[in-house]
Parts: sequence; C-alpha cells; structure tokens
Amino acid sequence: MTDVVHKPDLAPPVTTVGVIGWVRKNLFATPFDTVLTLFGAYLVITFVLPALNWAIIDASWSGKDQSACTGEGACWVFIIERINFFVYGFIDEKFYWRVNLVFIMFAALIVPQFLAKFPKKAWLGWFLVTGYPVISYILLVGGSFGLADIDTGKWGGIMLTLVLSFVGIVAALPVGVLLALGRRSKMPVIRGICVCFIELWRGVPLISVLFMASVMLPLFLPEGVNFNKLLRAMIGIVMFQSAYMAEVVRGGLQAIPKGQYEAAEALGLNYWKSMVLIILPQALKMVIPGIVNTFIALFKDTTLVLIIGLLDVLAAVQAAIVDPAWKSVATEGYVFAAAVFWVFCFSMSRYSQALERKLYTGHKR
Amino acid sequence: MTMTQASQATTTEDEEPVISIKGMHKWYGEFHVLKDINLDVARSEKIVICGPSGSGKSTLIRCINRLEEHQRGQIIVDGVELTGDLKHIEHVRREVGMVFQHFNLFPHLTVLENLTLAPIWVRKELRKDAEEAAMLYLERVRIPEQADKYPGQLSGGQQQRVAIARSLCMNPRVMLFDEPTSALDPEMIKEVLDVMIELAGEGMTMIVVTHEMGFAKTVADRVIFMDEGEIIEENEPVEFFNNPQNDRTKLFLSQILAH
Repeated sequence: MTDVVHKPDLAPPVTTVGVIGWVRKNLFATPFDTVLTLFGAYLVITFVLPALNWAIIDASWSGKDQSACTGEGACWVFIIERINFFVYGFIDEKFYWRVNLVFIMFAALIVPQFLAKFPKKAWLGWFLVTGYPVISYILLVGGSFGLADIDTGKWGGIMLTLVLSFVGIVAALPVGVLLALGRRSKMPVIRGICVCFIELWRGVPLISVLFMASVMLPLFLPEGVNFNKLLRAMIGIVMFQSAYMAEVVRGGLQAIPKGQYEAAEALGLNYWKSMVLIILPQALKMVIPGIVNTFIALFKDTTLVLIIGLLDVLAAVQAAIVDPAWKSVATEGYVFAAAVFWVFCFSMSRYSQALERKLYTGHKR
Repeated sequence: MTMTQASQATTTEDEEPVISIKGMHKWYGEFHVLKDINLDVARSEKIVICGPSGSGKSTLIRCINRLEEHQRGQIIVDGVELTGDLKHIEHVRREVGMVFQHFNLFPHLTVLENLTLAPIWVRKELRKDAEEAAMLYLERVRIPEQADKYPGQLSGGQQQRVAIARSLCMNPRVMLFDEPTSALDPEMIKEVLDVMIELAGEGMTMIVVTHEMGFAKTVADRVIFMDEGEIIEENEPVEFFNNPQNDRTKLFLSQILAH
C-alpha cells in the first residue's frame, strides 16, 4: 500500500504578486502600456502638480482683503471673506441660523441614506421628502410661528441652488412617473394630455421657460394676482424636468416583460396596486442611472435662473468677482463654484451606484 | 364512452359547473382565434388541453381570467359572468389561479414576499397570517428553505414550484396552467409535474395546457384537442389516446407520440 504523494503548494513567482507584480501587470505589460504610463506621468508633472501648487502650496489663506494676496498662488482669502454671500445670498445676517438649521437637518437626514445599515433609514428618507420640505419652508420663508418674513428675492448662493434643485428633484420624479404612466395609458384622453405635455416642455429650452415664467406669465395673470418670481422659476423647472423624467421612466416601463403585468393581473391586483407594488419598483430600479443623470442635469441647470435675476451660487460668484476691491480673483471664484457643483453632483452619482448594488437581486434579463 | 358521458361522470356530484363557456368567439383584429367554444368544467375536474402551436389553447385559458377579452358568447366563472365590469373581473381573478410558462415571478421580491403580496394587498390578510400560510404552501411544493431567496437565485423548476405556491396562497377554486413545463430543462419537469399531480389528488379543479401526455394520461378526467381555434375532440384520456376519432387528432398524436 502506498500513500498518495501530493505535490507541495509553492508560493507564486515574485514577479506576479506584490508591488512589483502589480506595476508590471498594470503599467508596463506591453511596450504600448509603457508609452501610455510615461505619457500619463508627463501629464501629471506638467499639469496636475502646478495646479496643486497654485491651489494649495502657494495659496494665500488668511487675511482681510486684497493686500493679503501677494503670493503666486490662489487668493482663497477672497472666497473666505465673501463666503456668507456665496452661501446665503442677500439674506440678513440675523436670519442665518434659520438657513443653517435647514442645512443641518438636510445633512442629518441625507447622511444615513449613504450608510449601509442605519436604523429607520427608510422613515428618515420619507421624512426628507415629506415633513422636511414643510419645516424648511416655514424656516426659510417665515411669516408663521413668530418667525419674521424673509424676502425670497434675497435668497441666493448655495442656499438658492440647493432649494431649487431639492424642490426640482423631489417634485420632478413623482410628476414624471405619473406622466410616464399616463403616456402608456389605454385611455386616449389621458394619453393625449401626457404626450402633449411631455413633448411641449421637452421641445423648448429651459431658458425660454424661465423667461416666460418671469416675463410673460404676469401679463396673462389677472390684475393684482402676483406670485413671486422664485415660485414661478421653481414651477418652470419642475415642469421642464418632469417631462425629461417621464421619458426616462417610460424607458424603464417598456423594459418590463409583459408577463409581469399579467402575473400581477392574474393575482387580482388592480392597476394602481400592480404599478406601485410590481411594475414601478422594477422599472425605476432599472433606470436609476438615467434618473440620476436627470437629477444631475437639473442640479446644474438651476444656475440658469441667473437670467431672471436670481443669484444662484455661480451668479453670486460672478457678481462678487467684479467687485473693484478685489483684483483678478475670477479664477478662484469659478474654481470655487465648480467645486461646489462637483461635490453635490459626485455625491449623487456615488449614491446611485450604491443604490444599484443594494437593489441587485441576482436577476438578469 | 362519448364525450357527454365523460363530463357527466364528474358533473353528477356537483350540479353547477365551476366554469361554463358558451358559444365563445375571440378575434385578434381580423384574425379569428377562437371559434364557438363550448366547455363546462365541473368542480374537481382536471382538464388537459393539447393541440399544435397557434391552435388557440393558451388564448382560451387566458380568456377564463380575462387576460384576454372575448368578443362574443359567454364565460361564467364561479357564477359570475365575465364582462367589461371590473368588479366581476376582480372577483374572477381572486378565484382563479394561473401558472405561466415563464413563471413570471416578481424578481424584486423574495420568494416569501412573492407569495404573500396578493394575500396581503388583495385579500387584506395580516402579514403574519399570510406568511404562515405561505410557508405551508412552500412546504407543500417542497422548498421551504428557499423562502428568503430571490427568484433569480433559484432553478427553473424551483421557480415554477414557487409560482404554483404563489397561486395557491390565494386559495383559488380553479387553477389554470399555461404550458407550465415548456420552459424547463428535462430534469426539472418531473419535480413540477409531481407537485401538480399531488394538487390534482387533493381535488383541485385544474385546466392544464401541456404537451406532457404522460401527465394527461395519469391525471386528466378529460383531454381536449384544439386546432385552428376550435375544439376538435374531447374525451376521457384512455379513449382519447387509444381511439382518437378525428383525423387531425390522429395526425397530432402520431406526431407527438412518435418518439
């Protein structure tokens, strides 16, 4: 009787594992890879390093005015000095706490949505789109609960950008879903209305929608009826974006196999129950990338309200850089505005990816 | 035994048929898919419908729970006539379960959620009761251990058994099977047929569209042969297979039983 002799397990060759292995495999695998790697290194050295130098190492961070900015680098003093304007617009300083409270509540409600396991996460999410807007409205507009009025014409900066995008996002999705369902309805009147609505709003540029909302709408309204410019801009944005959203959602609805509708019907679910419980959860999940794409576009489009005289964060920066007290701070201003937009848009993008992973159930079509 | 005797044999115990179809016609646009269908199904009766593809057999059973609309004639299920009236349609759908060729499970819900969804939202059962009942049915189809998985993680045979359990959770009086094994790999067909045979043994009223002639022989009280939208022949299985009357039936049987 002989024992079976197993061959011993050997360690893999040094050249395939560890740092050296990784570098070889990923950076210098072929001559072409080597050229690309060297080219990439060249780009980093000529562009990224000077940019970092300008933005961080040579930058001026402290001081009160232009005189503090002597170095070669960025003059962040300008941003720091005018930060209140960039965040709150023209709102009186004594009301800042109300805006801050709205911001803090937003952060407290949104952060758990990014965490994998957080108790009552879904409830916080629902509160974010139901109770929170009401509380925010009371705090930001005032006029009730003993809070003084804040003129919405004075809203501006990051605050205005966030309010417009939040309202746009929270309202455009449900309106878009209803429009998408309407467009697929068997009832010709409903379908006709939805098709007209979608095609009408999708066919005009947002700028013209905003112009019409601010200039033309008052002409049609009866004497004395006058509702404020911000509200009109919001409605314009919601209508416009919901038309886009409707088409994204419709794409998802069309991808759901007929069998799903039939199975829901055969179990006795009526139209709304089968939509809400069966069809929409699947359709919306499928088009998360498209939905978030629309959200991101909406977030950036809010900046167009500058043409009707509302100062979002970009417009606020533009207004501040022409201040004669500061010289050549345009670059700093635009970099700041771009960074603000990027942070929010990138967060949305990451959130959507996490959501897609979370909702994956092993089902491939 | 003639076809009238065959149906009488089972109808004698129960005077009122569960399903009664009288002079029913259906068109898809200009195309006449179902022509003058007459069919009574007694309580506890098992009917197998066979026929070449495109003969209208799936369309026929889909008319019974109004997934398809008929244009002429009458369909009465459980005493309720199917018309455009949504109340009637909802009533019939609560009483009639359906199992599809492609299972049509809801991929975004777990197996247990698939089973409890309709009892909770249509029959207004409490979640706890619905889940208890669902587990019983999962045991009957022999996959209670899969309750928390998603349909995408199960094999085809398991998915079809879940689909059967999902229908049973609604306590239907009739079960319709639309080619339940046609989309399955051969080794999975048996596990699904076993569940169906067991169900038949418990006295469920069943209408099954299938090409599984072995199943028809063991379970069916009546076999119906359809071609070009008509019921060509119906008989109890022994007679149907051994002594087919119509030439088209003979041709069909010779084709499918050739191997």
